[in-house]
Amino acid sequence: MVSILAVDDSASMRQMVSFTLKGAGYDVKEASDGVEALEIAKGNTFDLVLTDVNMPNMNGIELVKNLRQEEGYKFIPMLMLTTESAGDMKMQGKQAGATGWIVKPFNPDQLLSTIKRVLG
Amino acid sequence: MSVDLSQFHQIFFEESFEGLDVMESELLEMDLDDVNEETVNTIFRAAHSIKGGAGTFGFMPISEFTHVVETLLDEIRSGQRTMQANFIDLFLQSVDCLRGMLSDMQGGNEPEAERPAQLRKEFEVILNMAAAPIEDEDPSTAGDGQGWLIKMSPHRDLLLTGNEPFRMFRELRDIVGDDCLEVTSYCDDIPDFSSLTPEECFLKWDLKVTKTVPLEDIKAVFEWVEDECDLEYLSLDNTSDTEPSDADNHIEEASSAASTESVAEVEPTSVEATEIKATEVKAEKSAKPVKKQAESSSIRVSIDKVDSLINMVGELVITQSMLGELGSNFDLGRLAKLQEGLSQLEQNTRELQESVMKIRMMPISFAFSRFPRLVRDLGNQLDKKVNLVTLGEQTELDKTVMEKISDPLVHLVRNSMDHGLETTPDRIAAGKKEEGTITLNAYHQGGNIVIEVADDGAGLNEEKILRKAVEKKLVPEKNNLSPEEIHQLVFLPGFSTADAVSDISGRGVGMDVVRKNIQALNGTIEVRSQRHKGSTFIIRLPLTLAILDGQLVQVCNETYIFPLVSIVESIQISRSSLNRVTAGQYVMQLRDEYIPIVCLDQVFGLREADDSSENLMLVVVEGDTEKIGIVVDDLLGQQQVVIKSLEQNYKKVSGISGATILGDGTVALIIDISSIDKKLVPVKNNSHRPERAA
Repeated sequence: MVSILAVDDSASMRQMVSFTLKGAGYDVKEASDGVEALEIAKGNTFDLVLTDVNMPNMNGIELVKNLRQEEGYKFIPMLMLTTESAGDMKMQGKQAGATGWIVKPFNPDQLLSTIKRVLG
Repeated sequence: MSVDLSQFHQIFFEESFEGLDVMESELLEMDLDDVNEETVNTIFRAAHSIKGGAGTFGFMPISEFTHVVETLLDEIRSGQRTMQANFIDLFLQSVDCLRGMLSDMQGGNEPEAERPAQLRKEFEVILNMAAAPIEDEDPSTAGDGQGWLIKMSPHRDLLLTGNEPFRMFRELRDIVGDDCLEVTSYCDDIPDFSSLTPEECFLKWDLKVTKTVPLEDIKAVFEWVEDECDLEYLSLDNTSDTEPSDADNHIEEASSAASTESVAEVEPTSVEATEIKATEVKAEKSAKPVKKQAESSSIRVSIDKVDSLINMVGELVITQSMLGELGSNFDLGRLAKLQEGLSQLEQNTRELQESVMKIRMMPISFAFSRFPRLVRDLGNQLDKKVNLVTLGEQTELDKTVMEKISDPLVHLVRNSMDHGLETTPDRIAAGKKEEGTITLNAYHQGGNIVIEVADDGAGLNEEKILRKAVEKKLVPEKNNLSPEEIHQLVFLPGFSTADAVSDISGRGVGMDVVRKNIQALNGTIEVRSQRHKGSTFIIRLPLTLAILDGQLVQVCNETYIFPLVSIVESIQISRSSLNRVTAGQYVMQLRDEYIPIVCLDQVFGLREADDSSENLMLVVVEGDTEKIGIVVDDLLGQQQVVIKSLEQNYKKVSGISGATILGDGTVALIIDISSIDKKLVPVKNNSHRPERAA
């Protein structure tokens, strides 16, 4: 089963993402910030990481940067959930090693089509 | 697949309200001389989450409004601006506004549009944002006549961002179709095997699209890798120009740089303008009553509490199976075992009940959290310097009680600030600290929770209160009221001593409503006051409304229940120890104090007064203000009872707070100690007390 790590400090977004992905048959684990995500990532393997950018403790960009250093996370796609306005966030994310981004607000169908696109 | 987003709405609302609370408290604590970066970040994050969620779940008005709030916060966060007092005011107003909008939408209504539009204008003046130009859909589909040649030469580290070129090719194929894509790869750059590193990308590709597709669609495929690849999009249509991908990027950059500059230029004047506006809005705001927040219908419960509940249920199941096994082959020899099982069941039930109750318990800080803001705003409005102290914030209270106590508390705090605290010149004249203090304190006492609202102001003016009460014919002209009794007069309906009716309090619908609300929760309120020192309002509330520890008593074959928490002691006395005060009214000396005595059978008219029995059973209870002794026939057991409302099922009966159903199916009435107490009050001092509202 394809497994995805979904990271967002907003519970409603996290639930929405998780619910949508689970409904599409993915195995989803949730984390509410970068620190928690990193912790979970170390004990598991994922096929894709989906992370919010603005989070307490460790933001999405730091998370991506840190994850890329981890064994097994060098090549896996990591997508950032970001807002339209945050142009330089995209740049920073890319520099940190993010694969791409999904622009908020998005609906479940857009989310799924992007994920499918990435996972092939 | 379509997902019903409405299932996430409730949690979005809760989370957003929490976010707003965080924003508010951080804003209130902000020190303009030393703005903490993390504080601004926290505020920004809260706004950002609300915006993101609102957009996703389709609450566009909220998302749009939060966008401007976020934009200003972002500029502060990134150091383009510094935080200013008028920004804080504006942000706080935005928090209120968002709260209102969220409440409206939570209730399924259209949110108010006027207020956000007004605030938005203020933000826009600060940000100097002209109405955002609607971005034209780039009509650069010209030149897609014959197809495209895409020259893609990735940087070596492309793979390290998780981007897989093959994925993009597939995607492109999905857009244009199987037959219309030709891919040529160039392997020229691949080094010797010895220096080949698999992590790097050495290949280059030409992708030939032989179909008419908008360039935008093709570019979208490579959107994520624009910076990791050199990309060239060449039109196969020879007549059209080649379109270097970087060209429009440059233009974009140039225009955004220009707009940043213009923002900086206009800043000083725009700030002045908003300062004036901000005060205008504030004045307006005071006239509008704050919208009541919709009561939330769900509770967040910590995992610990749920775990302990599950644990308890496990125990219960074990006991049940043990009893079941006992019952299926029971003989008298196993009676002891049965009793043991039953007592275990009782324990399980009690523990389970306690755990369930705990779920409903929330720290009172939820109710207190709105006060820093309230005190700040009101202080500005009244021009009084006020310091708010909150104590016992972790004291837990039933959620329903908490929701209902919130409004009375607000009323009390407003009242204390308006009437209690003196104006700054008056304070200085009285030799007090310039800054007044309002203290909110919560603690447990017996089975009650006590909430105190104290101020260090002028205290209640007894002469003024008395004069007013006489004027309004609330008490007879000739009376003999003690200062303490005069203080309680402020709770009478229609009583207000404010010389001028102000917006904040003193419309004459004050304290009696507060008292009524608190009584509706089975609570009591009293005031203690000292001239020139201040006043303290003391609210006592039961911890929960649903279950009561009761002492069962018998009077004339009827069973009544006393709340266990109000019982001080139960003693047997002889009739001769009673002293008659007037006809049918007795007091008794209990150690070093005199307590009034009441016979329950007389209160409820169960039988003719009967003086024959010499020995009496007396239950001494602590009423609102003093102890009283209640004569009953017999003491039965103690047990927990579930309170059923008499008022809802029958009507309100004085002296009775509710009813319950006992184990044998009979109905027992629960005694309302405070109203029994009131029936007695005139007896004790034999003085004319004010008539109280029933």
